[in-house]
Amino acid sequence: METLNILNRLDYTLMIVAVGAALLGTVSGALGTYAVLRRQSLLGDAISHAALPGIAIAFLLTGSKAPLILVLGAAIAGWLGTLLIMSVVRLTRIKYDSALGIVLSTFFGFGLVLHTLIQRTGNANQAGLDTFLFGQAATILARDVWTIGILGGVAIIVTFVFWKELKLLVFDEGFAASLGFSTRALDILLTSLLVIAIVLGLQAVGAVLMSAMLVAPAVAARQWTNRLSVMMLLAGGFGALAGVSGTIVSSSAARIPTGPTIVLCATVVVGFSIVFAANHGLLWDRMRQQRNRRNLKVEMDGLFKQPQQGND
Amino acid sequence: MQVLETKAIEVTDLTVAYQDKPVLWDIDLDVPPGVLLSIVGPNGAGKTTLIKAILGLVRPAAGNVLIYDKPYEMQRRIVGYVPQRGTVDWDFPTNVLDVVMMGRYGALGWIRRPGRQEREQAMYALEKVGMEAYTTRQISQLSGGQQQRVFLARALVQDATVYLMDEPFQGVDATTERAIVTLLQELRANGKTVVVVHHDLQTVEDYFDWVMLLNIRRIASGPVAEIFTPENLRETYGGRVAFMKE
Repeated sequence: METLNILNRLDYTLMIVAVGAALLGTVSGALGTYAVLRRQSLLGDAISHAALPGIAIAFLLTGSKAPLILVLGAAIAGWLGTLLIMSVVRLTRIKYDSALGIVLSTFFGFGLVLHTLIQRTGNANQAGLDTFLFGQAATILARDVWTIGILGGVAIIVTFVFWKELKLLVFDEGFAASLGFSTRALDILLTSLLVIAIVLGLQAVGAVLMSAMLVAPAVAARQWTNRLSVMMLLAGGFGALAGVSGTIVSSSAARIPTGPTIVLCATVVVGFSIVFAANHGLLWDRMRQQRNRRNLKVEMDGLFKQPQQGND
Repeated sequence: MQVLETKAIEVTDLTVAYQDKPVLWDIDLDVPPGVLLSIVGPNGAGKTTLIKAILGLVRPAAGNVLIYDKPYEMQRRIVGYVPQRGTVDWDFPTNVLDVVMMGRYGALGWIRRPGRQEREQAMYALEKVGMEAYTTRQISQLSGGQQQRVFLARALVQDATVYLMDEPFQGVDATTERAIVTLLQELRANGKTVVVVHHDLQTVEDYFDWVMLLNIRRIASGPVAEIFTPENLRETYGGRVAFMKE
């Protein structure tokens, strides 16, 4: 009965929403692999929070809610935030984590102020802008899916084209530079890819929790594999899984924000992976320990028995 | 006028500063082709910085570096680099062969992927360092000595004329140390120039034929027999030499 209910709900609107969530889950999961391996998980958080005022400004300037315009505004603001963090670290004595915290909260606060102002104006067109805070996947339309698909597709293709260079940058930046690859250009490229992955998910997941979509699938994927390519594929798959299941659950009842639901689904995937993954998982570790202990015990018994037998 | 001889590495008036603190001060260094040179000095003497400055990885406040009479940017293909082992994350999801093939990335250039030829070169280099049994091993499962051998193999596939190595003996077992020394001497026998940042004063005379004593300034450089004297060492280490020469 329950399955039938869910199947019935798979109407056109929900299909669109699910496709959108799957696409953005794939893109953010795959690109999040680099963020996790570079230990830049928090940078994703900063970018997503910093993107919020960009959406408001883009709307104020154009009066339009076209996805491409809002995404562009978010991307520019996210980029400026990242640039500001790097400049603060380079030019002052403030450390990276503090700079990140300051920029993140300043941009986010500014974004909240702008969004409140927009709501006060009573502009009828503004309805729906507030979904960028916690995400509302139900607001995803066909045009949003196209935006996510095309921009996300470009990001994935770029990742594939510069596969070797990005891998080298993340593994050994100094060596990459000594070979003549411009690590600054690669750094900008990688950050841009992260910005794209983040702003594409803002509508569905929201600025507050978007970074989880970057980090969680990659962390889960790392538990299952020791290969970068497999890790990225798995992370994309896990991201899509979390995205789809989260949106379906949140669409099943009115006013459940999608962001938190998706993040909870992603957390389940992470938890499962940490416990059950072969070679890395806790369960596997425990089994291996017990097997080792058993083997050791057999050997020890053998060792101690021999002299005793000799004494008899 | 002195006779114009080709030098493998020629450093002139090199000064590097981090903010307002000089790390290297007015360094001159000529390295003739085909020598095995160790850079020796106390902690904070600027040894790693000197290597990085030669490679163009840090921007000098003043001075000039030439590799076979040309700036480094024009000579990348003939220079191999072994960074300190601790500078990378060995938990990165990849295997030994893949890391070694990275040594070919420079010759491949942008976008082109390594293929069969690069794979064969990497296999050959892994045999050279005695790691051919570990090609598919996940790099997080290597010992310190094995990690170092992988980094050396990666430099070998660069097929360079000049090698710069930062602390290749750090934290390796005695067997690996022997293997590395043999490899370095083999490189020299093939006419390569090898510059090694080195920590252990006891082994300088055994392993190397040239030495540079460095402590922010260049104290001395030249053949070990001439330069590696108690007076020079005292000057380098400020009298606190933990090493007594007989």
